Formats: sequence, structure tokens, C-alpha cells
Amino acid sequence: MPQTRPLRRPSQLFRSFFQRCAWRALGGGLLLALAAPAWAAGGADWPWWSWPLVLFAACFVMGIIAVPAGIGGGTLFVPIVGSFFPFHLDFVRGAGLLVALASALAAGPMLLRSGLGSLRLALPLAVLASASSIGGAMLGLALPPQVVQVLLAVVVLGIVAFMFFSKKSEFPQVDRPDPIAQALALNGVFLDGATGRTVNWQVHRTVPGLLVFLVIGALAGMFGIGAGWANVPALNLLMGAPLKVSAGTSGLVLSLVDSSAAWVYLNQGAVLPMIAVPSVAGMMLGARIGARLLHVLKAAVIRRLVIGVLLFAGLRALFKGLGVWP
Amino acid sequence: MTIDAPEHSQAPEQLRYARLLDWSTRVSFVVLVLSFAAYMLGLATPLVPPERLPQLWSQPVGQYLAATGAPTGWNWVRQLAHGDIAALLGIVLLVGCSLLCLLALLPVYGRRGDRAFVWLVLAEVMVMILAASGLLSV
Repeated sequence: MPQTRPLRRPSQLFRSFFQRCAWRALGGGLLLALAAPAWAAGGADWPWWSWPLVLFAACFVMGIIAVPAGIGGGTLFVPIVGSFFPFHLDFVRGAGLLVALASALAAGPMLLRSGLGSLRLALPLAVLASASSIGGAMLGLALPPQVVQVLLAVVVLGIVAFMFFSKKSEFPQVDRPDPIAQALALNGVFLDGATGRTVNWQVHRTVPGLLVFLVIGALAGMFGIGAGWANVPALNLLMGAPLKVSAGTSGLVLSLVDSSAAWVYLNQGAVLPMIAVPSVAGMMLGARIGARLLHVLKAAVIRRLVIGVLLFAGLRALFKGLGVWP
Repeated sequence: MTIDAPEHSQAPEQLRYARLLDWSTRVSFVVLVLSFAAYMLGLATPLVPPERLPQLWSQPVGQYLAATGAPTGWNWVRQLAHGDIAALLGIVLLVGCSLLCLLALLPVYGRRGDRAFVWLVLAEVMVMILAASGLLSV
């Protein structure tokens, strides 16, 4: 007996149509964002004013997919723009820091007011990470570009592996804070909107946490990538902060760390407004749209898409650094 | 986005930091967009003509500086009349937002006698000032 498809309501049809359109626009936009600079491999053929527009469009698409993928725009920016645009990595890293910084600063006030970001937890971690980010930035600008490119490729491929295998814990069990966490009162409270219950939290393993943030800061400064991909697991899995507090506090740490590193790039002349400003504007606008499309886009699919793009960008950076695919 | 907890349940220094960060970030973004729009519209003569940029931005920063004579450190302040240099103003404000907010925390922690956090804030401020000073050169 032939089966008949159930009739769909107009709202379902509209939703399905909207989803298909969103996917096609996103796929097309991403392809355009990656392919456009490749068309202009010569670079000089295009009028100068077209570059900020292309950069704005590419960052707009990156901003949209960064939100459902659960990573900062800065993590996408440096590998993609560094691999597929004609800008030198020095300028890309300077702009990448500003992209990550602008996103973190814009989200900061809301996170602090809601208690999802803890200033008390962020400050001790940020002091060490900021200092090491300055060292990382100076080292990154001093090393030969090929070496930085290969190291960036290794970090990007590491992020891909991390995104693929990493686990999360919503409310890690912390039986007792360590002496430093107790002395500094590294604890807090927030109302979990999902469950409606008040969550009291505290952290442990402060010393290993500080050491990990020392390394994270150096990586952020050297490569100009936002370090949310590393901050959140360090706060959540290592120090035992709840997942939401980890994500919120990560943004605060990032805003302080990237500010310090960005000063180094600014003082060295490695920040070009023509690259940095359209990138910041495009990424922030895209992130707003991405947040609104969260319920339409499938986060798991986006995450796989981002892993694929980062894998491609990482391999491209590796081949570029090794001189195989200049 | 929903607010997960009432504002009044957060520490006063956290709310003060949030308020200042909110305002300073907004002002920085406005300056960033306006100064860049002025640059793109050619309202002030740029130090480096934009049509030269596609030949220059693929070079390492050292070669770019040598070819253009673009300023390093705080020397940009003396060349603010140029459109491309003035476009840096919004970026500098954005990067400096956190410093202002951190300084505003000191009186709160000081009044409460929270010495550990006074020192932590001072340490972060010193790190940022060192980075901003331009004394550290590659």
C-alpha cells in the first residue's frame, strides 16, 4: 500500500525553506570567502578598495559560523586569512588579535553582569597569560616567517584534533578548593537559566591552571589567535569551573591577554587599519547574525564544517611554510 | 541572550568593571568606524596611498616600514593628520579599554582591604603599561 506524506503546515514549510536558504547562503558565502582571494592570487590586479570589502564579507561569514561552532572568530581568522589572502602573516596576526579582542570586549559586560564571567577567577590567570603573551608576540615577530607559518600550521592542526576529541563537563565535581584558590576566594554563584537552579562553584588545581595559562598566553601572542579553544577546557576540565562560567571567564581572560599582545603588534607597526577594521566589523556583525541563527543552523554540522575548513587551512599553512604550496 | 542572574547578586567591583567596559567599548567602536570611514572617503591625505597597499602588505612588517616610513611606537600621535594614521585612533582606544577598567578596580579592592587583588590588578596594569610603552622592541 503506497504511503502518503503527511501534510505540512505553512509555518513548517516556511521554516524548511528558510533552513535550505540559510544553508545555501552559508555554503556559498564560505566558498566565496575562501575562493575570492585565490582568484586574485596576483593581488595587484584588484583595485585597492575591493580588498576591505572582500575581507569584510569573508569575516562576516566566519562570524556567522564561529558562534554555532563554539569557537572564537579569532581562531578562524588567522588560519583562513593567513592561508588564503595575500597579506603577510605579521599583519594577519595583528588583525587577528584585534578581531578576538573586539569580540571579547563586546561580550564582556553582559557576562560580568550575569555572573557567567568571573573577574576574580580571570585576574590571577590573566596576569601570567598577559606577560607571556607579550613574550609570544615578540618572539612571533622576530622569528622567520616560514618558521612561524609552520608552527601556526602545527597549532591549527592541534586545534582541529582538540575540537574533534575534547570533552566537556557541565558541572565538574570540586570537593575542596586548593589553598591558593581558597586564599584568593576563587569561587562564585550564578543562576543557571537552563535548569533554574542557583549554582555555587569553586575551583581547584590553581597552580597547574596558572602554568597552562602561561603557555596559552604565549600561543595567543605568537599567533594572534584567540585562545578560547584552550581557555575553556583549562578552566572547565583542569580547574573544575562549570562549563558556562568557563566560557564566560575565558572571554574576560582573552580580553586582557589580547590587549597586552595587541600593544606589541601596534608598536611594531604590524596593525594596518585597512586589514584590521573591516575584519573586526565583519566578524562582529557576522557573530550577531550567527547568534540569531543558532536555532536554525545545526551546530553539529557547522562544527564539522569548521573542522574541515581549519584542517584545510592548517595543511595550506604547513605547505606554505615548507615552500611546497607558496 | 538572557541574563542568567540578577545584577545585584554580583560583586560591586565586577559591576563597576562591566559598566566601564560597556561604555569604553561603545566609544571605541564609534571612533573606530568613524575614523576608518574618514580614511576610506579620503577626507585626510594618507601617509601611505591606499593604492600602494596591495604591493606592500604581502611583505614582512620590517620591509613595509622601510618602504613607507610608517611610524612605530607612539610616533603615530605626531602624524594624526594623515587619514591612515588617524584610523589607528579607534584601534588604540579599543586596545586600551581594559586598562581603564582595571584602574577603576583599585579603589574598590583598596577600601575592602583585599590586598591580594590590589597587587594582582597592579601587576596586570604594569604588564599592560609595559606592553603599551613601546619599550619592548623586536
